[in-house]
Amino acid sequence: MGKIVRKTNSSTGGPVFVDVDVEANGGKGKIVRMYPMDLVDEDPVSWEIEARGKTYSAPRKTTYNCFTAGFKAMLSSKRRVLYPLKRIGFDVNGERNIEKRGTWEGGDPLYPGYERISWEEATDIVANEICRIKREYGPAAIVAESSSHHMWGNVGYRHSPLFRFMNCVGITYGDHNPDSWEGWHWGAVHSWGFTGGLGNPEQWDLFEDHMKHTELIVFWSSDPETNGGIYSAYESHIRRRWLKEMGIQMIFIDPYFNHTAEIFADKWFSPKIGTDTALGAALCYVWITEDTYDHEFVEKCVFGFEEFKAYILGKGEDGVAKTAEWAEAETGIPAHDIRALAREWAKKKTTFALGGLGGWGGACRGPTGMEWSRMMIAVAAMQGLGEPGSGIWSTQQGMPTDYGFYFPGYAEGGISGDCDNSAAGAELVYRMFGGTGSRPVPSNVNVPSSQFIPRFGIPECFIDGKLKWTGKGFIGASIEQQFFRYQYPARGYPRIQMFYKYGGPMIGTMGATNRYVKMYRSKLMPMAVFNAIWFEGETRFGDIILPACTNFERWDISEFGNCGGYIPGSFSQTNNRVITMQQKCVEPEGESKSDYEIFRLLCRKLGVEGPYSEGKDDIDWVKQYFHATDLPKIITWERFLEKGYVIVPPNPDRPKTPAFRWFREGREQDSPQPSQFRPGDTVGRKGLQTQSGKIELLSQSLLRFDAALVEEGLEPDETRPPLTQYIKPWTGWHYEDTEKYPLAVLTPHPRFSFHTMGDGKDAFMNDIKDHRVRVGGFDYWIIRINTDDAEARGIRDGDLVKAYNDRGEVILAAQITERVPAGTCHSYESSAEYFPIGEPGNSPDRGGCVNILSSGKWIGKHTSGMATEHFCVEVEKWDGGNES
Amino acid sequence: MTKAFVIDVALCSGCYSCQIACKDEHCGNDWRPYSAPQPDTGQFWIKVNEKPCGTIPKVRVVYTPVLCNHCASPACIAACKNGAIFKRDDGLVLIDPGKCKGCADCAKACPYGAIYENEALGIAQKCSGCAHLLDNGYAEPRCVEACPTGALAFGEEDGLAGDIKGAAVLKPETGSYPKVYYRNVPGQFIAGTAYDPELKEVIEHAEVVAVTGGKILRTWTDDFGDFWLNDLAVGSYDVTIAAAGYEPKNFSGLRTDECVNLGDIPLAPKVG
Repeated sequence: MGKIVRKTNSSTGGPVFVDVDVEANGGKGKIVRMYPMDLVDEDPVSWEIEARGKTYSAPRKTTYNCFTAGFKAMLSSKRRVLYPLKRIGFDVNGERNIEKRGTWEGGDPLYPGYERISWEEATDIVANEICRIKREYGPAAIVAESSSHHMWGNVGYRHSPLFRFMNCVGITYGDHNPDSWEGWHWGAVHSWGFTGGLGNPEQWDLFEDHMKHTELIVFWSSDPETNGGIYSAYESHIRRRWLKEMGIQMIFIDPYFNHTAEIFADKWFSPKIGTDTALGAALCYVWITEDTYDHEFVEKCVFGFEEFKAYILGKGEDGVAKTAEWAEAETGIPAHDIRALAREWAKKKTTFALGGLGGWGGACRGPTGMEWSRMMIAVAAMQGLGEPGSGIWSTQQGMPTDYGFYFPGYAEGGISGDCDNSAAGAELVYRMFGGTGSRPVPSNVNVPSSQFIPRFGIPECFIDGKLKWTGKGFIGASIEQQFFRYQYPARGYPRIQMFYKYGGPMIGTMGATNRYVKMYRSKLMPMAVFNAIWFEGETRFGDIILPACTNFERWDISEFGNCGGYIPGSFSQTNNRVITMQQKCVEPEGESKSDYEIFRLLCRKLGVEGPYSEGKDDIDWVKQYFHATDLPKIITWERFLEKGYVIVPPNPDRPKTPAFRWFREGREQDSPQPSQFRPGDTVGRKGLQTQSGKIELLSQSLLRFDAALVEEGLEPDETRPPLTQYIKPWTGWHYEDTEKYPLAVLTPHPRFSFHTMGDGKDAFMNDIKDHRVRVGGFDYWIIRINTDDAEARGIRDGDLVKAYNDRGEVILAAQITERVPAGTCHSYESSAEYFPIGEPGNSPDRGGCVNILSSGKWIGKHTSGMATEHFCVEVEKWDGGNES
Repeated sequence: MTKAFVIDVALCSGCYSCQIACKDEHCGNDWRPYSAPQPDTGQFWIKVNEKPCGTIPKVRVVYTPVLCNHCASPACIAACKNGAIFKRDDGLVLIDPGKCKGCADCAKACPYGAIYENEALGIAQKCSGCAHLLDNGYAEPRCVEACPTGALAFGEEDGLAGDIKGAAVLKPETGSYPKVYYRNVPGQFIAGTAYDPELKEVIEHAEVVAVTGGKILRTWTDDFGDFWLNDLAVGSYDVTIAAAGYEPKNFSGLRTDECVNLGDIPLAPKVG
């Protein structure tokens, strides 16, 4: 062991100290270990709050997820792409053999189906082809797609170098749909606005308020021990411990007995998948008929309550009263339980933990996500929002740190300054570039009046050559932008000739993902280029693979848990605001380079290196970024560079602005939600962004949209009706497909990986027996099956099974459990691996991409969101495992 | 001066951070003479056992991290013919990778399955308590440092006495006197929900009495009509559920070899 130096870095699973043997590997360095950060005396004193006779303060140590704890194994994995690769049979100037993508035969033993080429040759091929495409076809005939969460850092991650490259070259963006927000974005926005959070409610200062006043927390489709909000590791665990020790009751509603329930549940309800909205309606029925709802709030703050009440009581169009008995038939939860829940809720100061961030995640990602989100708002509104101790809070955001200290998240554009495709325009672009002589690079393509392609529809663009859709995903400028129509190709634009992939695999994360496999084998995709760190599932469909490095092998800067953008106040998830200098810990593996340098090489050959790099290395941009934030107020650049992190001092004197208090009290908004800075959204800065300024259970934006459809001679949108209501899910228990496919599968975001980050790659996480199961030398993804369902199919614990429906087949390892009821299965989404046992796209996958089985339909007829959180399958024992 | 681990089973959420942090420390890192590198897969110097019990919806899952128990009377030391296993002054039991011949007698002797064979290196391996770190100023092993819920604690046995009091050890009958203590290990449960099938209402405050071997246990249903008789020993129980205005309901001879969910229990209104 050589000289060990402690460095700092960060990740999707928290910031870390990294011990590096700086003399190892001929001076390139070797990571010895990485571990959570212990704060020291010189770090600022943490906040303190008083609640019910006790003092609480922030732990003096950060937390991290296991996929960060085990990052070392991914960094040096034998699946790393070590040098540029060209697919055997791909000749950019001749026969491209597109149909052979994904056959993976011959060539380099490390990378079957590929041959090693030099950086010079690889960048020549890509740059020359970009020039040829632009000259022969016209602008924007290249699309770049960047699946999320594969790396971390505000300067080196996707909104930053990728967008700067994209905009320097004139590339169409394969735009993200908000895959963890869908129901809130496409549904809840029409109930209460909050477009600046894509429909998620504000969460400011709720920790202290709820520690003091809450009596009951209902976790509905919420599992913070598994997902930790987003990017904030196990920071929130201690809060739930404190609340529990105070005697706060915790109730869980989730088809799966989730990991938060397992430690904290006083009571667990398991509704049949996709029926949560019916349970919500029945709660409202009990409160209306027993007169136990918050009349004052409903009268002052809710629009359309009479219509909603008529619907609930069976006096609406359907004539069906939403009684507990009605809900029992839908949800499988006994009527006596539903009534008991409604009464307990109404009796106590109750807060409502929805999804991952007081919204977001969970059931909103499913086929019923829009109605679920809107019904949850109705439920919250009936019990009143903004009163001490009651509201919507997932024990995740709203910690009492300093909200006024400016440090943006990665979604705020970094070095791109792209105000159309990131949140740079909120503030960062001015601070980053104003008066510095450095310039942002705006998009010339991906703007509302030009071309973009929704990520979820990319397969159709390459398979069918055309696509039409309504609305944009990641855009929160207004409610009404959701009603605009788009098409591929945009009018006057050529068809795409090159797919440029950055980030993690889509086959594990999107819906009906054999579509993506087929897309890669379509003649309409003449070239596929990948920036790839690992030779994993999807990488092996590229024609040219450019080896990228991890954020432990380059310079960057970031804050714990802070993505910013459409999660306003995401930094308030963590117990301390920890801002990290992401020090370059080791030299990049093999010939890999940072994404920034890869794009720089290409820009050089394309004649645009000047505007791309301005002659700067990544560390120069990190320094420019540092000075664009409030960091210089508390630490010098030199000290930050050396120390590697800084804790933002809490500001106990700042005014506390608990979420929704201003709304309930009819005051101007005082919380730091972005809508405060968009006065045009409201009338006289009062109320919400909706037309009435109130929570609209009868949505006026949807009424206007329906009227527009009717004016065009079309039908009103039955998939998203103006009145908040229960719509039977188009897939899920006892609806579509159930004779052939009787088991409904819940697919939440994973516990032991972050999307595909941490999974596969021959990394340590594969050894977690609740993550993958080794059979015959292969690590299989897990499906959790109820005891009775397993018995009926002769399946034993650990058996390999085939889960299938009309969309495809996936080989999985069975875990037999009582954590799901009969008829329900559970399997996390986001496998990083894809290993078809026959023809790609037309044979069972034993990598574990359960999203092959989920739907490729939009979440609503006039939307471009996905709905993959559950689907139906049949499961049978699979005997092919021994053949491997 | 004896080191001990205390694991609070009630706090373990099965996040596996301990297992992964252990691999981070020991895979690809050579800490000889304390320990040779742990292989990337297949060895679990600390692992997590998962035991679900009960049935829908009265379910409980118990996670138990398991590592070398650093026993006071270690069976592995007795079994080792090569003098490769030794107990340090601080109580940690180490396998000297220089002396170990890989015969695996220790692995067979260990009552806890905590010792693994490394065929490539020709040695047996297990948790070293991160002794190489403790000797260099670290306060605790990596698994303890990584635990986000505080379920794992490490320190001097005397200092942890408060937590150790009433704690259990694995397989005490082996007489090896483990130094890994488990707090809050739950016993079996009998649970159910009392309700009125006519009114379709749960029944609150029903008295639930369980009799076993002359011992009487008592609890009441909560706002959801639920009752939980927790931490029961394995045995036979006669349970009676009684509520004002209802005929009492009896369940006799309930065995608690597994946890028992009696489900939703209809109580009939008293006649007259």
